[in-house]
Amino acid sequence: MALSCVLEPALSGFNFDNSTRNIVLENGSEEGKIKAPKPMKTGTTIAGLVYKDGVVLGADTRATSDEVVADKKCAKIHYIAPNIYCCGAGTAADTEKTTDMLSSNLTIFSMNSGRNPRVIMAVNILQDMLFRYRGMIGAHLILGGVDCTGSHLYTVGPYGSMDKVPYLGMGSGKLPAMGILEDRFKANMDLEEAKALVSDAIHAGIMSDLGSGNNIDLCVITKEGWTISDLTESPL
Amino acid sequence: MCGLLPRVLQLRSSFKMATALRFPANVSTFNNYNDLHPDWTQREVSTGTTIMAVEFDGGVVIGADSRTTTGAYIANRVTDKLTPIHERIFCCRSGSAADTQAIADAVTYQLGFHSIELDEAPLVQTAASLFRDMCYRYREELMAGIIVAGWDRRRGGQVYTVPVGGMMTRQPVSVGGSGSSYIYGYVDSNYRTGMSKEECLKFTAEALTLAMERDGSSGGVVRLAVISEQGVERQAILGNQLPKFSTV
Repeated sequence: MALSCVLEPALSGFNFDNSTRNIVLENGSEEGKIKAPKPMKTGTTIAGLVYKDGVVLGADTRATSDEVVADKKCAKIHYIAPNIYCCGAGTAADTEKTTDMLSSNLTIFSMNSGRNPRVIMAVNILQDMLFRYRGMIGAHLILGGVDCTGSHLYTVGPYGSMDKVPYLGMGSGKLPAMGILEDRFKANMDLEEAKALVSDAIHAGIMSDLGSGNNIDLCVITKEGWTISDLTESPL
Repeated sequence: MCGLLPRVLQLRSSFKMATALRFPANVSTFNNYNDLHPDWTQREVSTGTTIMAVEFDGGVVIGADSRTTTGAYIANRVTDKLTPIHERIFCCRSGSAADTQAIADAVTYQLGFHSIELDEAPLVQTAASLFRDMCYRYREELMAGIIVAGWDRRRGGQVYTVPVGGMMTRQPVSVGGSGSSYIYGYVDSNYRTGMSKEECLKFTAEALTLAMERDGSSGGVVRLAVISEQGVERQAILGNQLPKFSTV
């Protein structure tokens, strides 16, 4: 039976049909030139470190659209699994969706296998996906979590590269954050010291980087569970 | 090819901007786009490296520096570029971090599967061929220079180099990465056949140190590994323990 209107299901992967049209629009005559809209970047400071009993992650809460603050209380620490959280820097939409997809995949895996997901599994899934899209997905992520093999902190870059590290800062404010972390990090710190160090690192990023600001979010993950806390001090 | 397209567009539009803009004398140039978005936020992570491998009678010695850069920023100063592919086969990675990690993961899987099918330890030449097949087939998309080294029962210690482009050749000593240019002379003049394991370790450590002194993209610690019939021994020489040369 012929249908009067047929919806074509979307083909998988990227659709580059509009790229020739975009080139023509961007390089048009002097009066007719149109600038492509820029995706919203989070202009961020995020940091994480491994301490004695688990992992502490921290992030600022400012989302910028060029020079305007688009969101003052943006949540950059994303839930992946009860024992795994992820901080995202880069293009806001990309980090949001990537972490959502990762979280769904891991939940399905948990249900199918009856196991708790491991941090290295989240890292592998992210690497595969970001490498496949060859850097088009602008997601700079710090993944931290505690599983049966211990506490882990990983970073995954937009092209699909991965590094396992004891402490790290990412985002536009990473230089000041790394300065604080490099100076004061020690292996096996206790909780209060670790929280103070991460919040100082984010604070340094907020002070020295225009794209970071407003509040500091902290997330502590241990074997028992996780706590998210908001530092209500507003430095700026 | 899709991956290159956006960068080509960027280059063309910036060239147009440079020719069209004329700043009047009283306009400030302080708030440029480039100030808010530094170069290294857009660059890909590269291993910009020095890697080296030497054969000796009974095994191989492999070594690498530990610096990963994104433009001018050191993304990881304690990277491990010596990646295990199988129990007695390692690869030294140079080039794009993402590409080499992905290739190493794929080859690890293929070699593991092959070894299980065969019910025998794989040959180093097989591992090197797998790297070569992937690097040659996808040569336009990848930027990866890899040295494969290991020990097997048939031919003992072997070093195979698979540079950018996908060639494969066996060499008794091989260097790679951006820092290798600075140590070809040192390697050519100091390598002798029939060196012992300790002499090879010293030779590799000194060559890598010299490269790290002169190449901005190499640095950190020197990671070494010895692969032989007995297994793998790994060590790291920290910054202050590196061999010292004259400070000219």
